[in-house]
Amino acid sequence: MKLNERSVAHYATCDSPADHAGFLRKRVERHHHHAHHHHATSYQRRWFVLKGNLLFYFEERESREPVGLVVLEGCTVELCEAAEEFAFAIRFDDAGARAYVLVADGQAAMEAWVKALSRASFDYMRLVVRELEKQLEEACKSLAACRKSPRRSSSSGRKRHLSNPALLPLQEKPAVLENGYSTWGSGGGVPAGSASPGVSPALPESPVSPETACFSKLHSWYGQEIMALRREWQERQKRGHP
Amino acid sequence: MLPVPGRRAAGWGGRRGLRGRAAAAAAGWGGGRLAMRYNERELLSLARQPAEKAAEILMRVPKKGSVLKKRLVKLVVNFLFYFRTDEAEPIGALLLEHCRITKEEENVFSISFIEEPERKYCFECDSEEQCQEWIEALKRASYEFMRRSLIFYRNEIQKMTGKDPLEQYGISEEARFQLGTRKQ
Repeated sequence: MKLNERSVAHYATCDSPADHAGFLRKRVERHHHHAHHHHATSYQRRWFVLKGNLLFYFEERESREPVGLVVLEGCTVELCEAAEEFAFAIRFDDAGARAYVLVADGQAAMEAWVKALSRASFDYMRLVVRELEKQLEEACKSLAACRKSPRRSSSSGRKRHLSNPALLPLQEKPAVLENGYSTWGSGGGVPAGSASPGVSPALPESPVSPETACFSKLHSWYGQEIMALRREWQERQKRGHP
Repeated sequence: MLPVPGRRAAGWGGRRGLRGRAAAAAAGWGGGRLAMRYNERELLSLARQPAEKAAEILMRVPKKGSVLKKRLVKLVVNFLFYFRTDEAEPIGALLLEHCRITKEEENVFSISFIEEPERKYCFECDSEEQCQEWIEALKRASYEFMRRSLIFYRNEIQKMTGKDPLEQYGISEEARFQLGTRKQ
């Protein structure tokens, strides 16, 4: 099966930050067809880099190309009772698949790797994202519930065209204004604190309903209205309201 | 493909036994200078998982003289697998990180990668609607995209509620979820 290896290798070595990196010793797996030969377990020290659900390894830390890759979907990571201390294994569901046995330099390193690797899968990330989506929706709903009365305002001139702000061209970053409020729109944000009711988005009575999973609707909230509501809500919290 | 004597991939290269430089050269694929091993067996297993999206689409690879061919194209996590329509095992896989999805002419979109933007994998759909659906799905398919989404939601929830939603998972300190530490 072909793989776009050059692009994969580029992803491994480009300057996007790694999720974890460090030296590990990996056990060399030998084929066992020479049954009468004594096979010693040997380990090779490699520089490992975790990016997303991909575990790359390099001969040296400075190597410009990875010598190998382990795709981390459908695997479990467990400590193993190898002869080596600080050893752990990446195992796949597939019955015939070999495990990758790796050895860390110490307890802390081993724990950090096991933690990072067991959460590396795309599936896990997707679960967390979906959970946060739900939480954000709920946070919007409870903010709406805190409002004293429904406001009528002119429809928004600040409509977001993107259904998800993360769906930006690769090079674009949100501009962060001095007050820490970041805006994802290419038009730039209005500095928080300047109340201008004319710019507020349209707020129907129940803006967020179960069907409104579409974030273009949610994004019509992100303007002065939300900042004001949040301040209100936080004030009420401080004053000891439930 | 004949194995090169003395170059057996020692168990890390999947059941075929030979990956990397010799295989690449034999296939006339990608310049043949890369010798990166990978767990092909697991990738093949991944190709059999339920897909986010799958369809028969005309596809052309960025190789000289290549033409559009009907393929079963299957999106699973951040990989796009493509199969001959009557085969169970994929011909190939594309990792969808740092790639650009571009709308080309009518019904057509392409996938290219940052370091080689002229090399395009072209896909001709049955309809404009199908084309747009695939473009949207592929743009969302990268791990990096999900990471950006997660960071965004985390930040928004934090702004709204004053609480870090990742704390309950015990992952709030992990580098991958931090705001402002990532370039993209």
